[in-house]
Amino acid sequence: MILSALEGNVASIGYGLAAIGPGIGIGIIVGKTAEATARQPELRGALQSTMFIGIAFTEILTLLAIVTGLLFG
Amino acid sequence: MVAAPGSARIEIHNVAGHPAVGPRPREIELNTADLSPTLHAEGDSLFHIPTLDEFFPDAILFAGTPFEFNRVQLVRLIMIAVVLIVLCIIASRAKLVPGRAQSIVELIIDFVHNGIIKNTLGLKEGLRFAPFLITLFFFLLTMNIAGVIPGLNLAGTSVIGLPLLAALWTFVIYVGAGVKKRGIAGYLKHETAPPGLPKPIYLLLVPIEFLQVVLIRWASLTIRLLANMVAGHIMMVVFIGLTQGLLLSGSWLVAVSPFAGALAIGIYGFEIFVAALQAFIFTILAAVYIQMATADEH
Repeated sequence: MILSALEGNVASIGYGLAAIGPGIGIGIIVGKTAEATARQPELRGALQSTMFIGIAFTEILTLLAIVTGLLFG
Repeated sequence: MVAAPGSARIEIHNVAGHPAVGPRPREIELNTADLSPTLHAEGDSLFHIPTLDEFFPDAILFAGTPFEFNRVQLVRLIMIAVVLIVLCIIASRAKLVPGRAQSIVELIIDFVHNGIIKNTLGLKEGLRFAPFLITLFFFLLTMNIAGVIPGLNLAGTSVIGLPLLAALWTFVIYVGAGVKKRGIAGYLKHETAPPGLPKPIYLLLVPIEFLQVVLIRWASLTIRLLANMVAGHIMMVVFIGLTQGLLLSGSWLVAVSPFAGALAIGIYGFEIFVAALQAFIFTILAAVYIQMATADEH
């Protein structure tokens, strides 16, 4: 017997699950950058560059989820 | 209930497979049915949900051939023509004390030089790759900005061809730089097997790093740029279309339209920021890959 059933557009659920990880990850990256900038304000430029590179790598996983949903129906 | 095309059904079955003894379990069916077919079917003329067909408009010329010329190509051509003409005029009239237009171009070039090249490549190696990186930044910035320009409204980088081209160009440049410095075998050894690690780790590390160099770097550059532009465009279409639909509906929904309008303006500003940010991220990642390819061992 069926305990529970889910019908409809499952790709959006897949994207919703995929958005959890990078959401937490980017929050951690930007938080750490803010902390480090508060400790050493003279390094602001270099820290900002590193932050953007880190955000690019973490966000790619969410974007892959969008594209995979579009690829497979 | 209409099953949308491409939808699936997930079912969770009772392990025992027989009706439970005791109080009958409630059957809760989670309904996430895709409502867009019903919205389309009603012929709702006020608001329709955009699909990926937004990025494949009708052909203007040469329909059906591989050289099909549609609105995306037209946007790309217009942006390239405008930027080339403007930059050529400004460069030909370059003065030692810059006027207003020249200052803006110099601002962008300084941003790439100080923000990207100095931080990653350093000034010695960096000047060799500065033309490539500055061209890449200008190119992607103009293609992305076309998505917010009121007449054009479609980013040149929102169909896969152009991000793929830029990513493959970057791939050729950083692999070429690494191979020129060390030869093919030396470059692969440098990238995949950094020295000073315990031996068993290399079994895990070398295939992953090889895959990174050969496939994942340029593929992720492509997908990052493409998905950001596609998602941003669809968000803008939804919010602006929603505002228009609410306004024109004439019923009590008109009261909600200021919120939709505020969201549309917010997403518009966010889209301008994302256009510049994605060009910056692409360029800085290209610089980082070049730096990793040409760095000296400690």
